[in-house]
Amino acid sequence: MSVCTVIAGACEGSLACSTCHVIVMDMEYYTKLEDPSDEENDMLDLAFGLTETSRLGCQIIARPELDGIRLAIPAATRNFAVDGYVPKPH
Amino acid sequence: MEGPNPTSSKEKEKPVYLAAALMMPHNLTEVLWRSFTTVASHPFRVCIVGSGPAGFYTAEKILKRHQGSQVDIIDRLPTPYGLVRSGVAPDHPETKNVINQFSRVAQSGRCSFLGNIALGSSISLVELRELYHVVVLAYGAESDRVLGIPGEDLKGIHSAREFVWWYNGHPDGRNLDPDLKSTDTAVILGQGNVALDVARILLRRTSELAATDIASHALTALEQSSIRKVYLVGRRGPVQAACTAKELREVLGIKDLYIHIKEADLKITPADEEEMKSSRIHKRIYELLSKAATAGPSQPSSGQRELHFVFFRQPDRFLESYDKKGYVSGVHLEKTALKGVGSGKQIAIGTGQFEDLSCGIALKSIGYKSVPVDGLPFDNQKGVVPNVKGRVLSDNSGDPTSIENGLYVCGWLKRGPTGIIGTNLYCAEETVASVSEDVEQGVLGPATNLPKPGREGLLQILEDRKVRVVPFSGWERIDKEEKRLGSLRNKPRDKMTTWEELLKAASE
Repeated sequence: MSVCTVIAGACEGSLACSTCHVIVMDMEYYTKLEDPSDEENDMLDLAFGLTETSRLGCQIIARPELDGIRLAIPAATRNFAVDGYVPKPH
Repeated sequence: MEGPNPTSSKEKEKPVYLAAALMMPHNLTEVLWRSFTTVASHPFRVCIVGSGPAGFYTAEKILKRHQGSQVDIIDRLPTPYGLVRSGVAPDHPETKNVINQFSRVAQSGRCSFLGNIALGSSISLVELRELYHVVVLAYGAESDRVLGIPGEDLKGIHSAREFVWWYNGHPDGRNLDPDLKSTDTAVILGQGNVALDVARILLRRTSELAATDIASHALTALEQSSIRKVYLVGRRGPVQAACTAKELREVLGIKDLYIHIKEADLKITPADEEEMKSSRIHKRIYELLSKAATAGPSQPSSGQRELHFVFFRQPDRFLESYDKKGYVSGVHLEKTALKGVGSGKQIAIGTGQFEDLSCGIALKSIGYKSVPVDGLPFDNQKGVVPNVKGRVLSDNSGDPTSIENGLYVCGWLKRGPTGIIGTNLYCAEETVASVSEDVEQGVLGPATNLPKPGREGLLQILEDRKVRVVPFSGWERIDKEEKRLGSLRNKPRDKMTTWEELLKAASE
């Protein structure tokens, strides 16, 4: 299932926005993903509530190895880390 | 995508609850609202002033959270979408994809786009607040910050905003007529993304621009342009540059363009290191600029176009030409040094050393500014409407309890002119949450539970005033005609750039 059909994808997957920003909740799954390209990193720079396991949803292509991946979307308020919480890799 | 796993460790639970917590308020509001609508059987009427991203994201969220609502989006232009149409550069078409999402909102049954309606002249704010339960002002920033230095009104000096309107075919930019033929050098003050857009449009091969939706009059002027050197001047250093990576990478990658950055400007201080440690954006920008400074040849080849990044220089005054009285011939720049002002921020301080930079055209890209309207409290210093989470405050005193019931802001008018299209997604979320809370608590104002005239009332008043309202179907006619004209010239569209053409096409 393409993540972008569920959440905002203003640029429709063309790496021109960060509205499909998701947080990979388990480090084990985060490391299974290919490293983000420069272009994806450029967009992640601008994402609200950026974490160490953030990715653009439109760049996560579903495949069998990712079955069970859990993704969170950042809080809608601008101060996502208002309680200082940063998901830590385990 | 799996749901939350309650037996996982506490560490893993928290972000899931944060994500799940997002879902709660929406459902709660809808349940409460449904009970509201069975008691009061009239629609919740909302007017949004401004049809850019802030306006459309607000409309989308109101429609979603309030099933009985009727939302009207008004704009002073006959065309919707704000800066997505008139700000995003012509060579960035994918950034405009969001228009597809917005047009679906405009075409949904409970929403109407109504163009060619100017707040203040066609209809007043007081009147809108009588016609609708809620008014959301999302009309952005249509003016400019000024430098306030001598020579600022010499000919040949333009704000970047006007220049962008000009090449993007905004009807109010049609007659800018910038002189690109009597000089080979342009100076741009500012190093944000708008400054980079302007530099790129001035330096790009026009053969590449020809197949974009750039306004035809601008393409012609650029094809005849003699500009070969562009200077991007910033008050501070490469660590503080306001542009973002994608745009910087793009301008540095233009084919056959000589890039010049002084290596001495790349020296960083411990304070710079701290800034980069706490900001990923600034760190990556600095890395891109450092790489660009040493890559490539140290001199331009003959006839090659040039882009110079000038750091640590602030404009002291504009210089007037001896031969052409009243015209700019350069900028008198003062060297700066950085000074820490607490919480990691550094500002530029003049050092008393000066130098001149010659040019025939100067573009100020130092920030947009919002315009106040009658009856609206306005913070002139910040250039925004005083508000708390989008609820408009009655004055600038900062007293969060003196709220203008039923009046809200979203977008640049609320936050100041920064951020990207997607920034408005969160901005609209916050404003609409405030609206929904106020609806739940019945604090919209004295007439909360009474029906409002809404769209029908507005259209009646405008008809009496002989205002030619352009509905979404009018925009669709403009859109179709622009695409047709574009197909004749291998462009995605050929924009109509005068009020007359637009209004005529809207009604044919």
